[in-house]
Amino acid sequence: MRKYIVKRLLWSILILFFVSFLIYLLMRSLPSSYVETVARERAAANPQVSYKQWLERLNELYGLNVNPLQGFFIWLSQALRGHFGDSWYYGVPVTQKFGSVIWYSFALGAAALIFQVALAIPLGIQSARKQYSTLDYATTVFALIGISLPGFFFITILKMVFAVNLGWFDLNGIVGRMHDTYSPFRQFLDICQHMVLPTLNLVIIGTGSLLRYTRTNMLEVLNSDYIRTARAEGLSERRVINHHAFRNTLIPLVTIIGGTLPGLFSGALITETLFKIPGIGYTSYEAMLAGDIPFTMFYLTFMAILTLLGTLISDVLYAVVDPRVRVS
Amino acid sequence: MARKSQKSANYLSARTIRRTAKENRRITRQFEQKLNRKHVAPSEYATTMKDPANVLEVEDLKTYFFTDAGTVKAVDGVSFTVPRGKTIGLVGESGCGKSVTSLSIMQLLQRPQGQIVSGAIRLTQDQGQAVDITQMPISAMEKIRGKDISMIFQEPMTSLNPVFKIGSQLDEVIGLHNPDMSREAVKERTIEMLELVSIANSRAVYDMYPHQLSGGMRQRVMIAIALACSPKVIIADEPTTALDVTIQAQILDILRRLKDQINSSIVLITHDLGVIAEMADEVVVMYAGRIVEKGTVEEIFKHPSHPYTLGLMASKPVVSRHVERLYSIPGNVPNPIEMPDYCYFRDRCDRAFAPCFGEYPPMISLSPTHKVACYCYQQSADTKE
Repeated sequence: MRKYIVKRLLWSILILFFVSFLIYLLMRSLPSSYVETVARERAAANPQVSYKQWLERLNELYGLNVNPLQGFFIWLSQALRGHFGDSWYYGVPVTQKFGSVIWYSFALGAAALIFQVALAIPLGIQSARKQYSTLDYATTVFALIGISLPGFFFITILKMVFAVNLGWFDLNGIVGRMHDTYSPFRQFLDICQHMVLPTLNLVIIGTGSLLRYTRTNMLEVLNSDYIRTARAEGLSERRVINHHAFRNTLIPLVTIIGGTLPGLFSGALITETLFKIPGIGYTSYEAMLAGDIPFTMFYLTFMAILTLLGTLISDVLYAVVDPRVRVS
Repeated sequence: MARKSQKSANYLSARTIRRTAKENRRITRQFEQKLNRKHVAPSEYATTMKDPANVLEVEDLKTYFFTDAGTVKAVDGVSFTVPRGKTIGLVGESGCGKSVTSLSIMQLLQRPQGQIVSGAIRLTQDQGQAVDITQMPISAMEKIRGKDISMIFQEPMTSLNPVFKIGSQLDEVIGLHNPDMSREAVKERTIEMLELVSIANSRAVYDMYPHQLSGGMRQRVMIAIALACSPKVIIADEPTTALDVTIQAQILDILRRLKDQINSSIVLITHDLGVIAEMADEVVVMYAGRIVEKGTVEEIFKHPSHPYTLGLMASKPVVSRHVERLYSIPGNVPNPIEMPDYCYFRDRCDRAFAPCFGEYPPMISLSPTHKVACYCYQQSADTKE
């Protein structure tokens, strides 16, 4: 097993190299570059120096006067030493900006994932046990609504109902108006309160697919021969479901949930934007629009690492829950 | 014309299906409610055996499947008895209701579609008591499954839970039915059971997963699970069909030896007449959900009477005899949804004559143990009386 993991990690490094190279190439070939925008602004503000001159100076300043291949290796050699540089758009070190926003996204993603799993798995199992019952049809309809309708649709409705009509929550933002006057504990509660609607929205749009997965798997497992054997042994229905069937349903679920772990850090762009939460999804979107190469490179490489880790984690978890795939 | 009517018989409009489905739900809900009751007084399903020498009596069992296309009478009035210590062979081609009969006895039918509609399945208990399985709720049934009556399935490859070790699966059954045994005692019993079914390195197998064992080994484990609590009746549903021939003999051998060791009875379901001749004391031949002939193994093999049994015998390959083509009974089993009210075998039978166009033939006794449902023997029975 250790040998397998080491092999997978070595492969991951190779993949990572090519992924980051591709991202860099793409960033350099974007039609709107940060440097051009700034040069145009400076030239407009100060006509004595022409746009061309500004562009030359800025290119040199930002290290864009080399070809993309050279540029990539310069970035790589810096990155390997842990220097990701300053963000052009935000004007602070990339890691500092990242560290200040990531935890909002992580908290949002983690809360949503916990609620999704806690809702989807029991509901999925129940609707499989009582196939074609009212509960089954109801969960199927709600799951499909959640999957099909876009997030901003629900956000609008949630805001309408809970923020405008009922007035329970603020329309957007991460802190309330009186945040600074609160005690630290009240401040924490304040943030939590502002997280409720975004989390609710992520739960609505994310639970459906997991629920359907659970239901399908459970149905398949419940019709299998070993469940009949378990019943023939005289085990109670509860034990058959919760022990024999659940362990087998877990196999595909673990891989799916393991694969969503990077999603915790990727941020939810639409939700964060509409609720004005300064999370990583919103921040990186802004950086990308501005052509901020250092920040985008850091963020996307980080995402690539997480994705590779996610697949590795789900493969390892697969072996943990299914003895048939254990590598000897 | 005939073709047209056949087409219309197979075509179901959406409205018909909806109506059938609604009606089925109404019927099955009643059965389900009865099955899912909790805290049912044992007196409700207590009964007595007709003959104390029997461990299992199946009487006029009717098991129907309520499908959207119509009601399938998978088992329609089956009666047979299993005497203590004997092996009963249940023979018939695929889809004749053998497995449904056995699953009815275990109450393991695919619910809610499959339901025992009427009849009685009496299983003997201690001190001359007996229970009627058809009247038992699931909660009570769970207590006798695996303990008084257990089942060996056809597919050893998929019948064991792939994510648990062999040992823990056996431990679970033993521990479940012997709650006062200690963990160590349970484990010892498991190892002992594995040795009983001729698994040599039982301690190593204890810690193995099902996928690490061959089909034959898995079927041995299944037998060990089925016999772990010394049940009164073992139902073996085609236990050797999925195995190769050399392993088949070993498995049957183990089954026969252990049956005598724990003094239980076997209901052996198979379509392999060789296995029946080898193992069974009595034979029940089923066709399209009904019993067409039953008798002792000598009677069935020496004097097969029903044309269907004769056909089965003729289609059995014999090593010493050279034939150009193996015999097969012409025609197919009738559509299970709309069974005709005459002998189901009539259209495939080469001995059909006038009375066969009447209603379904009654059981005619050829000897005290040999019974056949065929009009060909009516006269001989009449003259005897």
